[in-house]
Amino acid sequence: MSEKIKSWPGTPLGEKEIKEKRILVTEWQPNLKYAWDTGAGYGRDFAELKKGKIVGTKCNKCRRTLLPARLFCEWCFRTADEWVYLKDTGTVNTFSVAYTGTAAERLKVPRIPALIEIDGSGGVAIMHLISDVDPWKVKIGMKVKAVWKPKQKREGAITDIDYWKPI
Amino acid sequence: MQRRVAIIGVGYTPFRPITPDMSFKEMMFEAAQKAYEDAGVCPRKDIDAFVTCEEDFTHGRSIFNIHTPDNIGAVMKRIHTLPAESLYGLADAFMLINTGLVDVMAVESHSKASNMLTPDYLVAHAMDPVYNKPLGYNPYFIAGMEMNRYLHDSGVTREQCALVSVKNRANALLNPDAAYGDRIAMDDVLESETMFWPLNRLDMSSPADGGIVMVVACEEKARDLCDKPVWVRGVGWCSDAPSLETREWGEAVYARLAGEMAYRVAGVTNPRIEVDFAEVDDTFTYKELQHLEALKLCAPGQAGFMVEEGATQREGAFPVNVSGGSLGVGRLDEATGLQKVLEVVLQLRGEAGPRQLEDVSVGLAQSWRGVPANSGAVAILSNE
Repeated sequence: MSEKIKSWPGTPLGEKEIKEKRILVTEWQPNLKYAWDTGAGYGRDFAELKKGKIVGTKCNKCRRTLLPARLFCEWCFRTADEWVYLKDTGTVNTFSVAYTGTAAERLKVPRIPALIEIDGSGGVAIMHLISDVDPWKVKIGMKVKAVWKPKQKREGAITDIDYWKPI
Repeated sequence: MQRRVAIIGVGYTPFRPITPDMSFKEMMFEAAQKAYEDAGVCPRKDIDAFVTCEEDFTHGRSIFNIHTPDNIGAVMKRIHTLPAESLYGLADAFMLINTGLVDVMAVESHSKASNMLTPDYLVAHAMDPVYNKPLGYNPYFIAGMEMNRYLHDSGVTREQCALVSVKNRANALLNPDAAYGDRIAMDDVLESETMFWPLNRLDMSSPADGGIVMVVACEEKARDLCDKPVWVRGVGWCSDAPSLETREWGEAVYARLAGEMAYRVAGVTNPRIEVDFAEVDDTFTYKELQHLEALKLCAPGQAGFMVEEGATQREGAFPVNVSGGSLGVGRLDEATGLQKVLEVVLQLRGEAGPRQLEDVSVGLAQSWRGVPANSGAVAILSNE
């Protein structure tokens, strides 16, 4: 409402009307389940993460390392040439301090998603989280290292790296 | 002046019930690489624009189109995704090339149907949420009701429908890329479990995985790049009323109108004489017969007799679904229409191997969007 508009025409509707089913209410829970094939690229990538290693592939034409590990280079549109093991240390390329969760709720402890350029890889980056640090101390260019989950808790997933922390 | 448009390259992965050995990205890459090799083009230099055809819910990702460019060489290039049946993608390429903005395009679609674990619920999710969903049934009842009305109106029998299943599964035995080739008898179909009466289990196609890519070009590029261009002489598409209450149940109106458009664009005045063979939608057995009638590929009411007399067999006067169709190849979600086009292209090039038809120059491909949709597209292809 504003100075000029004191009331809207029509019948107001709120949570009460919906709960009392004074309007048509229908509920539907979609049952949509998927089981995605990892394929050879992601498949080996995840298998190596379980072993505590980060693996990528390399295109010898554009000389880029590809991560997630994939079987073909998206720039050159050709089959990747080799698998390469990568270090688990890197440099923060960019990051954000996320105070809002998926349900738009406020987070007391913010999450810090970051793009981390892997050392010695020629610039390839991994998308992950930074933690165990004062959010306001994180800087672009900061050196970080992967904190792995204990071996018995790894399941062949990107979360086998718990988070990255400043060195 | 309308530009002539040709398919100058095709690539595909084998159609299988499951494909655990490859991700959808690897599947798209394999099909694309084969298509570009076939056309003799480099996607990074020679292809002006790309269209992919996939539905978010089928693949389990919102905004699925963001995941497609890298797999087909379209990064940093023009690409769009249709959440639609893939024959619409070919129509899109036909139109875009006709604008003069692009000369060479790639059309892609793939199925990872095996990755969708609750397919009947997915289809249920497509129903009207306040009017139809609350009644709470498996939505494939629509096919049963449609078949019932079609048989009632046309005089086609369940036995004649069963023969479609027998024919198409047998055809698939000659197609090494088909997933469901089989030698069955009419009684096997009639005695298989009732799913949605009068529809039995063997009246229904089963899902399969597979990827298809096609390179489409204007006449100048086609003649420059390709020895055996297959011309897209006409395309058409149409949607009937979506609501179950007001749509037509006996006749496939969408197919009739899409066909009329495609014939008009292609300059076909007498389809039964001018078209040599067809790959039409056969998601369910009765659909093949209903579509043949709608597309005027047989006299009204004669589709049942055609299959009974063997006219639509591979050796018959008017072969239908020589590839095996969806009943024999498998239902490929959005990629189904491109599989129909693929078979017509292979036949017109003389590359269909043991199932090659003799003396064919004009073929028709037709698709239907599937339950609960009431829409579809048609393409008329020719090697002349």
